[in-house]
Amino acid sequence: MGIDRREFLKIVGASAVFALGGMTIVDAIMNDNAEAAQYTPEPGALVAKQWAMVIDVRKFKTEEDYKRVINACNSIHNIPDFGESKDEVKWIWTDTFEHAFPEQQEPELMQESLKELPFLLLCNHCKNPPCVRVCPTKATFKRSDGIVMQDMHRCIGCRFCMAACPYGSRSFNWKDPRPHIKNENPDYPTRTKGVVEKCTFCVERLAKGLMPACVEASNGAILFGDITDPNSEVRKALSSNYAIRRKPELGTGPNIYYIIGGGSDNA
Amino acid sequence: MYNGGKILLGLFIFLAVVTFPFYNNVGKANVAPKPSIDTPAIQKLADKKCIESTAFMKAEHMQLLNQWRDSAVRDNSRVYVASDGKKYIISLQNTCMKCHSNKKEFCDSCHNYAGVNPYCWDCHLAPKEGK
Ligand code: SF4
Ligand code: SF4
Ligand code: SF4
Repeated sequence: MGIDRREFLKIVGASAVFALGGMTIVDAIMNDNAEAAQYTPEPGALVAKQWAMVIDVRKFKTEEDYKRVINACNSIHNIPDFGESKDEVKWIWTDTFEHAFPEQQEPELMQESLKELPFLLLCNHCKNPPCVRVCPTKATFKRSDGIVMQDMHRCIGCRFCMAACPYGSRSFNWKDPRPHIKNENPDYPTRTKGVVEKCTFCVERLAKGLMPACVEASNGAILFGDITDPNSEVRKALSSNYAIRRKPELGTGPNIYYIIGGGSDNA
Repeated sequence: MYNGGKILLGLFIFLAVVTFPFYNNVGKANVAPKPSIDTPAIQKLADKKCIESTAFMKAEHMQLLNQWRDSAVRDNSRVYVASDGKKYIISLQNTCMKCHSNKKEFCDSCHNYAGVNPYCWDCHLAPKEGK
């Protein structure tokens, strides 16, 4: 005598309930064990409501000035050098004024020399980041201090964020980056094939009370601070100088400002 | 025709194949891994103890590491307050691996035995081992 369909379903249902019951008990035991521990931020961490960066373009005089800043980021973050632009991974890089600010129609507001200069570009840590909106796994998310962060553990490499970012701030790892890192920094992870990466505003340094590496290497040409605080260095610099942002008309609210005139250096 | 002989032979071969792992191991001692905790950093510790009890670390280190990564990456809380009140910076590379600098003899000895291959090391750099 076999069991009929009804009977079979009852047994399946009963075993499912039993299995789930068992799981809850296992979960409870595990949670219990971990309960004793707590998590807190590091004591000396730098905090802000919205981090922002001000790049004083006038203070970059030579090729060396850009290289020093870019290398500071590349070397501490284990950024690979694949040797060809097709696979390039970039957190901070340079491009021409026309490419960086295609909508700027007031060239006469600028000194002639500025138009020839390369501009330092990086993730704008946008106020309304389209990359966060499209990420299906929430691997890209916005922290409460405004930093647009990327959780490499969660990134599935779908590259929606790359399509959504209007600034080309994100790079995809087509290959294993490890063999292409000249000097590995043993204190920072590398990435792996199949994830997207970008500038993180040096969250690991802010947690330790340090300024971002590019800011530190810039000898005062890059400022970093809380844009919501009227007394912050960034706000002071912006109140007395003429600054522009990349593609503000898109409404993403970029938090990287470029000082191109004004102040005492005004021509 | 039922071809009884062939069926029996087939059955025999099938059973021989599927049970091979079992009788192949009969009489062999099943050597449990002995992860080594002999590293310079651990030798220097007055109290040779991990951040939590050995039993907890053995059973739960994977859950703990998951919590660590969520806490550091997503909540920006990078300090772990252990059950004895001591504080540790959350970092696989810079906290765990500074003591357990012998990944091969420590992590790998159990992971290989258990046949698990955690992909932590695809990104996190293992310490450079001298030998
Ligand atoms: S610049 Fe691009 S990657 Fe950075 S926050 Fe804005 S949209 Fe996202
Ligand atoms: S590539 Fe990664 S970060 Fe980008 S949208 Fe996909 S999952 Fe999110
Ligand atoms: S803020 Fe940090 S991560 Fe971003 S470009 Fe500067 S050095 Fe690189």
